[in-house]
Amino acid sequence: MNFFTHFGRYLLMIKGMFSKPENMRLYWKELMHQCNEIGIRSVGIVVIISIFLGAVTTVQTAYQLITPLIPKTVIAVIVRDNIILELAPTLICVVLAGVVGSRIASELGNMRISEQIDALEIMGINTKAYLIMPKILAALIVVPCLVVLAAVLGIWGGKVAGNLSGILPPSIYNDGLLEDFIPYNVFFALSKTYTYAFIISSIPAYYGYHVEGGSLEIGRASTKSVIVSCILILLADYALAALLL
Amino acid sequence: MIEIKNISKGFNGRTVIDNVSATLETGKCNLIIGASGSGKTVMMKCLIGLFEPDAGEVLYDGDSITNMNDEERKMLRQQIGMLFQGSALFDSMTVEQNVMFPLDMFTNLNQKQKHDKVNEVLARVNLTGANDKFPAEISGGMKKRVGIARAIVLNPKFLFCDEPNSGLDPKTSLVIDKLIKEITTEFGMTTVVNTHDMNSVMEIGDKIIFMHQGHKEWEGSNKDIIFSKNDELNKFIFASDFLQDAKDMRMLEAKGKIKSDRDMDEMMGSS
Repeated sequence: MNFFTHFGRYLLMIKGMFSKPENMRLYWKELMHQCNEIGIRSVGIVVIISIFLGAVTTVQTAYQLITPLIPKTVIAVIVRDNIILELAPTLICVVLAGVVGSRIASELGNMRISEQIDALEIMGINTKAYLIMPKILAALIVVPCLVVLAAVLGIWGGKVAGNLSGILPPSIYNDGLLEDFIPYNVFFALSKTYTYAFIISSIPAYYGYHVEGGSLEIGRASTKSVIVSCILILLADYALAALLL
Repeated sequence: MIEIKNISKGFNGRTVIDNVSATLETGKCNLIIGASGSGKTVMMKCLIGLFEPDAGEVLYDGDSITNMNDEERKMLRQQIGMLFQGSALFDSMTVEQNVMFPLDMFTNLNQKQKHDKVNEVLARVNLTGANDKFPAEISGGMKKRVGIARAIVLNPKFLFCDEPNSGLDPKTSLVIDKLIKEITTEFGMTTVVNTHDMNSVMEIGDKIIFMHQGHKEWEGSNKDIIFSKNDELNKFIFASDFLQDAKDMRMLEAKGKIKSDRDMDEMMGSS
């Protein structure tokens, strides 16, 4: 299948999601379940990665700024802007594309292969609305929360690393955090996050939903969905930076 | 009643079903039989609307599923129960949750009423007490019975069973066949069973449609099969010498040429 076939089927899948729910209570339950699966279950990895991201950024920035002419608060400024503008939204979403994306593709792929999706269709349920929509909505709700958490922990990790390694004391780090802060950066980061959240939920859902064959194909679909999601995240990253900055 | 009118379906230029017409009767077990690749699964998927036929139409009590819009099709599907070949139970749900799912989705019953209904259908399929088990914890035969319970929990008018005996031992297959037959009569459903299990054909086949290379080769009941002169059907049904002998004996019995067990013993001895 060529790009246009995939793109057309993807658009049809998105269009097919919009229908009146058969039972709002079950859809809500599914949405909450997905918020838990996508959000709460990813908290651990996000916490670990973001703390170390902040710590490493602080140490490496200090290593590169060896001249005494630049005040040490600049280290905190660089760490803050790096974390908010790029590392928290993009890197965390790339990680989530692997963690969440492969889970979504495998789950739907397995449901397709074992005829569970057909069973839902036969019952008269719109499977795109019931299985895919809650995943995308859940990602749009919880991924921005995870990114904000990652940004906070990343900046905190930088502060701890700066203090522990004797690069800069917490008071100077705090001063740097408040220096030349541009609130628009947070808006930009969240704009990117919402775009990525849509990508990391809808692309794996597309690959999982359309699996054909056996269990090998589920693995292939899962891998492909992660690769495509990562590439699209990087393309969107560049496009949004060019458009919004 | 389901009417199939001149259905044709192909994939990538290859015709899989070629101009098939038939009537599937209410309150009876209608069997679609045929060798692997004969088009019976595609036929069933056309019947339930998972595949759109290239030509022809399928009528449910006079209404064509082919011409229905999404909403009408959804309403019709709520009157259809289906048992899948692999049971298609939801892995993350218990037996009770699986059976309760259609009730949760389409009824306004309270929790107690739903619980009672689930217990009623589980008792009907002899699965009392299995409520809290997950699909991974139960046998193939039990999975099929849970699949049947889920299919009938909304009292559907139409029941479709795709290879209900695949992967089951002969004894469990008989249990499933008996259950399908009883449920069909009890609920007055139009049941369509897709199978190539000969026990099913002989035990529950009120009406049998034999598919061969994409077209309807033969139509009749399990009683007619023994006397059928259709070569393709005989090759398919009585494929082994053992089954052919059984058929010959049944024919002799019907013609009155075997009158006693002694005669049968003599015949067995001479063959």
